[in-house]
Amino acid sequence: MNNKTINHAAWIFVLPVVALVAFNAIIPLMTVVNYSVQETFGDNTFFWAGVIWFEEVLHSTRFHDALLRQLTFTFTILAIEVPLGVAIALAMPRKGPWVSVCLVTMALPLLIPWNVVGAMWNIFALPDIGLLGRGLNVLGFDYNFTRQPGDAWFTLIVMDVWHWTSLVVLLAYAGLVSIPDAYYQAAKIDGAGSFAIFRFIQLPKLKRVLTIAVLLRFMDSFMIYTEPFVLTGGGPGNSTTLLSIDLVKIALGQFDLGPAAAMSLIYFLIILLLSWIFYTLMMRSEAQ
Amino acid sequence: MAKITLENLGHSYMENPQSEADWALKKLNIDWDDGGAYALLGPSGCGKTTLLSIISGLLHPSAGRVLFDDQDVTDLPPDQRHIAQVFQFPVVYDTMTVYDNLAFPLRNRHVPEADVDKRVREIAEMIDLSDTLKSRAKGLTADGKQKISLGRGLVRSDVNVIMFDEPLTVIDPHLKWLLRSKLKELHQRVKTTMIYVTHDQTEALTFADKVVVMNLGEVVQIGTPVDLFERPQHTFVGHFIGSPGMNVLPCAVEDGKPHFAGSEIETASSRNLNELKGELQIGVRPEFVQFADKGVPAKVVKVSDAGRFRIVETRADDTSIKLLVPEGQGIPADDAFLAFDRDHTQVYRDGWIVA
Repeated sequence: MNNKTINHAAWIFVLPVVALVAFNAIIPLMTVVNYSVQETFGDNTFFWAGVIWFEEVLHSTRFHDALLRQLTFTFTILAIEVPLGVAIALAMPRKGPWVSVCLVTMALPLLIPWNVVGAMWNIFALPDIGLLGRGLNVLGFDYNFTRQPGDAWFTLIVMDVWHWTSLVVLLAYAGLVSIPDAYYQAAKIDGAGSFAIFRFIQLPKLKRVLTIAVLLRFMDSFMIYTEPFVLTGGGPGNSTTLLSIDLVKIALGQFDLGPAAAMSLIYFLIILLLSWIFYTLMMRSEAQ
Repeated sequence: MAKITLENLGHSYMENPQSEADWALKKLNIDWDDGGAYALLGPSGCGKTTLLSIISGLLHPSAGRVLFDDQDVTDLPPDQRHIAQVFQFPVVYDTMTVYDNLAFPLRNRHVPEADVDKRVREIAEMIDLSDTLKSRAKGLTADGKQKISLGRGLVRSDVNVIMFDEPLTVIDPHLKWLLRSKLKELHQRVKTTMIYVTHDQTEALTFADKVVVMNLGEVVQIGTPVDLFERPQHTFVGHFIGSPGMNVLPCAVEDGKPHFAGSEIETASSRNLNELKGELQIGVRPEFVQFADKGVPAKVVKVSDAGRFRIVETRADDTSIKLLVPEGQGIPADDAFLAFDRDHTQVYRDGWIVA
């Protein structure tokens, strides 16, 4: 095994990538780290501040509330989008002319720019003129997402489900299509019902793609900004102020660079940690 | 257990089959006796798998009927036909243990758990999986997985027929032989009808009591391995079975007798050939051709050593004739005469044997 020749000149080939990553990731990130440990009184003069910003963020109820809202949002949409996506994928035809019709229809929401999605749903849900908002009010529901936090959350979640369930559908569908016919034939011969087929053939075979789907949806929804910003702007009050919206308020609204930088790093570490936990858990059960 | 009858069975994958070539299976009438070990042998694309799927009920035939013990099952789904099938690539339920895999068909049929346990242990013993019952099926080797597939068929006591669709494709060569003899042994023990699809003649001839040879959607011969060897009903069977295959020579007719390269050839058939229309051929296996002092003049072209014997290729009248010469026996250097064993020399008309 150990008869590989070692040629240090090979490092030269890695240099362009290192330079690129340095410029688009490491240097910007280090600027943030730099801000997070300094205090300024304007005039572009900075003082060393140690970890006070981190302590402040970690102890602030404002951050706790935003984090709680963020977790609620993410886990709600995961709990809806993953089962719904799998269910839709199961219902889609496997062959015939309808396959492409279904796939294109499913892909459409994914092709719409995020701010357009926000604007679309904003207008759609307006209680006086929007189809959804007006419709609900005509049906007798007291619906107003700009004033009632519950309605705002409802709209936010329905919008995300509308926008992103397709991603789960497409991944699950790809997984389903790749199951060889022999499995279904064997199951038929073994007398398995459709639930047993789902439980013992389809679900195990979908595990890998679903891991990817959950990870992608988790990371994306945890970082979501544009759509809720356009839809509710974080309101009414602070009721839909998710982490990213709060961060932008602190960084660009109040121009509190130190706390904002500290919060960015904490935010980043939370995503990294949760993704790692997700992945490890899913891979561990895979290995068993 | 059941006798299986295929009545005027035909299948086409097209909506409106027009010509003969549109049919994947052409009018089959076959009886499979209860408890027999059958092999379904033919080249890729001859319709073997189609036929198998029709018997198992995964495919509905375009024409004809499938009878199990004289009962029409053509419209029944697979689970109501009480059949089992082992597929080309091993199908196991990954998340289950070997035990649960074997128990799965019984549990789906709501068999009491005590009976399930008894049956699973009995079958696991039979297929040598007792030691691995507790482990996950996913971790087994390909041959272990194929055994599970087979076991899922064996656990059910009501199985009419077990079908194998080229089950050894993914098995290592040195294990193929082991599994094959295991299968043969199991058949003798359980006496269930077994149909074994393959394109490998060794597998077919060693496993089966009776071999069904198919070509281009038709059955060309049903017979014991000895029948197929000694009296191929069609030149295709002669070619396909045997290594090397049967010599097929153009046949001229003089006075109603077969002639080749100017000499009369004595054959097993005594028919007057003048009565027959169509293309005539003489078929003789390399095993039944010898060098002789007189007979068909031929030139030795090539000698290849195959171990216990040598395969000698000769040319006579622009036709290649192969013969087997045992080790130690001399081979003429150039010009020679060939003699054919009369009892094993057949005349064929348009491919089919002349009685």
